[in-house]
Amino acid sequence: MFEETIQPGASWSHVLKHGTALRITDLEGGANLGALFYNFECATERYNMPDTLKAQHIARLTKGFVLYSDMGRILCSITEDSAGWHDPLAGCSIAGRDSFVVELEKWGLWPRDLVANVNFFSRIDVAADGGMSYHEGNSRAGSSVELRAEMNVLTILNTCSHPLAQHEPKPVHLAVRKVAPPAEDDACRLSRPENGRGFVLTERYFA
Amino acid sequence: MTLNDHNLRYRHVIPAGDFWIHEIQAGEHFRIVDLHGNQAVDTLFYNAKNYADRYSAQDTIREQRNIYLTTGTRLMSNFGTALLTITADTCGRHDTLGGACSNESNMVRYAIEKRHMHACRASFMKAIMNWPGLEKRDIPPNINFFMNVPVTPEGKLTFEDGISEPGKYVEMRAEIDVLCLISNCPQLNNPCNGYNPTPVEVLIWA
Repeated sequence: MFEETIQPGASWSHVLKHGTALRITDLEGGANLGALFYNFECATERYNMPDTLKAQHIARLTKGFVLYSDMGRILCSITEDSAGWHDPLAGCSIAGRDSFVVELEKWGLWPRDLVANVNFFSRIDVAADGGMSYHEGNSRAGSSVELRAEMNVLTILNTCSHPLAQHEPKPVHLAVRKVAPPAEDDACRLSRPENGRGFVLTERYFA
Repeated sequence: MTLNDHNLRYRHVIPAGDFWIHEIQAGEHFRIVDLHGNQAVDTLFYNAKNYADRYSAQDTIREQRNIYLTTGTRLMSNFGTALLTITADTCGRHDTLGGACSNESNMVRYAIEKRHMHACRASFMKAIMNWPGLEKRDIPPNINFFMNVPVTPEGKLTFEDGISEPGKYVEMRAEIDVLCLISNCPQLNNPCNGYNPTPVEVLIWA
């Protein structure tokens, strides 16, 4: 449907429509893409980090997992991923936060609508004692991840560096295309019984 | 400073499954006591003068480079404000990744028929119903005092039996005037309350 490049340190927003997918590509390697997601029809429903982690018993994101809203519904599914690990824990830098707020304000949202974000292409290792460290080299040039929108999702993105990374921001490429609705044997639907129920609740929203 | 009966200005037992909302002034010490053990206490803090500036799980764990909260942890806001500092902790580890239970997340996690069960985020909604300036959008991911949620090196999140016991407590000093919002977790579907929600006590020393 369309393609676009987000330059290093820049922000982007779009309502990703139900039935479309966003493919994101790390052009040079070492990119970080901060992301927030809201239900466009009722933005008090938004991405919920704890609900996403505890429903799937994960502290990382990759293919087969989904992003939950606080209302028990699935905003996006991760249908493809060649990076293997995306960070849901470490949040954003000051530049990243300011970038989120500027983009949120364009849609009538406010700093109080900031919530925990995802960092695509970045990885944080957690040690046995809870210590967090940035994992260098997680994403190579050409790594890509695809998000299938399961609702009409206000998507707020920026390419500011990961808050624990020591390097400069990098660009990412975006491509939006139409996709088929998730089938009965969809990998994200079947990856956990919780996700099966999450898809049922999401489909009921449109019923 | 010495915490004693003389400077104790407030104490209250939050019944099992109930909520609590209260202001704590800069410099005051705030203690939460797990009276019966293994009771998750879902807690949020706000800058009392600006509720948009409120507790952030991600900022808190990133700034200390550790996912667990314990003595020395500064509880950070989404705008980089140190809200409180944990000054004592006889439990040893507290969670801030597991968030609060809700009717909706219980449907996903356990069964769609669990919608009716009492949940923390409904308690939060009740608590802010008559508190001007707070609404649903002001409920970010919270702290779960006395809850044990380890992360493995492979990136798995696990809910383990609690490591708290009767009488264990966590204590913190308010760095600025804060508003505290607590849901004493009513969850019955997992071990976070030992399948038996119990009262907790909150105390404030001036």
